[in-house]
Amino acid sequence: MSVTLENITRAVDGIPTIRDVSLTLERGTLSVLLGPTLSGKTSIMRLLAGLDKPTSGRVLVDGKDVTDFDVRRRSVAMVYQQFINYPSLTVYENIASPLRVQRQPRAEIDKRVREAARLLKLEPYLERTPVQLSGGQQQRTAIARALVKGADLVLLDEPLANLDYKLREELRAELPRIFEASGAIFVYATTEPSEALLLGGRTVCMWEGQVLQVGETPKVYRHPETLRVAQVFSDPPLNIVAIEKTNGSVQYAGGVLAPASGLYAGLADGAYRVGFRAHQLELATGIAGRHAFSAAVTVTEITGSESFVHLNRDASNWVAVLQGVHEFEPGYVLDAVLDPNNVFVFDPAGRLVAAPGAI
Amino acid sequence: MARIDLVDLAHSYGGNAADPQSYALKPISMTWRQGGAYALLGPSGCGKTTLLNLISGIVTPSRGKILFDGVDITPLSTRKRNIAQVFQFPVIYDTMTVGQNLAFPLKNRGVPKAEIDTRVAEIAKLLDLTPDLKRKATRLTADAKQKISLGRGLVRADVAAVLFDEPLTVIDPELKWQLRSKLKALHRDLDLTMIYVTHDQTEALTFADTVVVMHDGRVVQSGTPAELFDKPAHTFVGYFIGSPGMNILPAEVRGREARIDGHAIALDRSYDALPAGARIEVGVRPEFVDVTAPAPGLLSASIERIDDLGRVRFARLRIGDAKFAARVPPGFSIPGNVAGLIFDASRVHVYADSRLIEGAS
Repeated sequence: MSVTLENITRAVDGIPTIRDVSLTLERGTLSVLLGPTLSGKTSIMRLLAGLDKPTSGRVLVDGKDVTDFDVRRRSVAMVYQQFINYPSLTVYENIASPLRVQRQPRAEIDKRVREAARLLKLEPYLERTPVQLSGGQQQRTAIARALVKGADLVLLDEPLANLDYKLREELRAELPRIFEASGAIFVYATTEPSEALLLGGRTVCMWEGQVLQVGETPKVYRHPETLRVAQVFSDPPLNIVAIEKTNGSVQYAGGVLAPASGLYAGLADGAYRVGFRAHQLELATGIAGRHAFSAAVTVTEITGSESFVHLNRDASNWVAVLQGVHEFEPGYVLDAVLDPNNVFVFDPAGRLVAAPGAI
Repeated sequence: MARIDLVDLAHSYGGNAADPQSYALKPISMTWRQGGAYALLGPSGCGKTTLLNLISGIVTPSRGKILFDGVDITPLSTRKRNIAQVFQFPVIYDTMTVGQNLAFPLKNRGVPKAEIDTRVAEIAKLLDLTPDLKRKATRLTADAKQKISLGRGLVRADVAAVLFDEPLTVIDPELKWQLRSKLKALHRDLDLTMIYVTHDQTEALTFADTVVVMHDGRVVQSGTPAELFDKPAHTFVGYFIGSPGMNILPAEVRGREARIDGHAIALDRSYDALPAGARIEVGVRPEFVDVTAPAPGLLSASIERIDDLGRVRFARLRIGDAKFAARVPPGFSIPGNVAGLIFDASRVHVYADSRLIEGAS
């Protein structure tokens, strides 16, 4: 089966929250809605679920118009950021509840509850009530209930946002396998690029109620069609510098002139913006063919495995990431170096015109 | 500003007669230096919020003392302790302007107006709030409101300490980067003692000079981010710090050799007198293992999948029944689904009953 949003627009009090969104979701796929707060992720989910109606456009299931069907007539399960369970029921009964509503036979209920509990590692807790569980266990219970329902469409709205960091890391790694085993259409909303990358599947990049780009997750990450997509899909934030290409040279804003080598060679003369992620900026000098910028360290953040060096260069802030521990004094001036083969180049309208081929 | 001493401090919500094993915070003694940036890091239920609440005076300890600059402040109320606090969700007055909100903690303490104006201007500048000073705080986004909360926490120069309780939870990733580096710069400029509670290792490691890792009501290690990463004192620290965390494998260790899954691995140091009967494990971070084609003499592992996280990739492996992660370079590929592992001997640590054993050189 498939679900299609066709030219959907939704306005609340005359203010558009979703602008002309078209999107098709196929059975057995995972789509990650990636975008900052208020970019329209939750609104899209509510439209898919039938909780809200579009101002214009249609919602189709297998080509059939279901725009006017409310949530009860759609086969949908939803998991929210704030986990919701029945406090008086055991974990077993919480997971079983949608099957009891469907009046499934007892043996069938038992089979499906135990299967979901096994997938989500809840087997030791089936007889407990939610208050006896940690936050992670409670959210796993909510996810198990959504899975067991057997809905065609499972919507997860930032389901890990309220969980501890380490638990998130573990659940993120498990979820793709759980999704694969289920065969439903999964839609997963997140603000975090790293979460989208870990989950894989397809990424739907959102900004101000619009879908900016849809594609295989690593492809969207490595080939962002616009500057905005590159920004939404970068953590640490994308570094940006303006350039002007003329006669075989590039003039970087703030006064660095360099030969138009690498990806710059193929550009027509004119103005561009160059975007590069933290790991594309190097702090090593003396490498031939690189473009060097003098920058002052503002702060160094060390995680042990990596060091994030925040730099100030010509009134803009850049971040570089280095492997291992590197501590720089604030104010220390160093050379930040770009490989002209390893940058994203955008035209004045923000469209990608050059990107590293194979990363 | 103050130096903070925790002296045999412990707390039980069940009262001090309860079983010490059930204490939410088991007895700790430690000193936090004046002007330091500390993070209390651990999963929910580890006791970090209890410890913060003891320092702020919201909770009175079952035993032990807290000293600010050598003075016992344990019996004092929160207000008398002279601390500032920033919470998970913004606490501001919607009816006041941004400037009035920032000035409030000073006004409340009867600070002269000229001084208030100087300090508010300084803090607003540091937090990029100067253009908003005359705006009403209502109708601002959650992000902006939390920035004002941070400003209110930092505006008083005379506080003993500023306590942050998961202050960046409601903030979007991009702004998190900005606020985190801002907080770090503020700490440098303002010379305040700061204590930051979080479950997020990135926030803790990037903010603090000293990270205090808590687990099950105890401090399991306190150190710089590099120390916690390079030499975890406890397998929990190895697991909790780093993403993915340290690989911990059951092993037999003798002298300069560890046997893992029946295979010998060389160690940099010698381990001759391991505690008898203890559970022996070795720990190695995913960053310090090379994954290569299987070869005689190499520990072999089956490859389950490769996680592509954008700037880094991790191979997810299995050694016997144990899961194992290793960082692999871009374009990593080896034929088949079996790999050979090469360990950086100087980065392999030995643990007995979860605690680090220092080998002999």
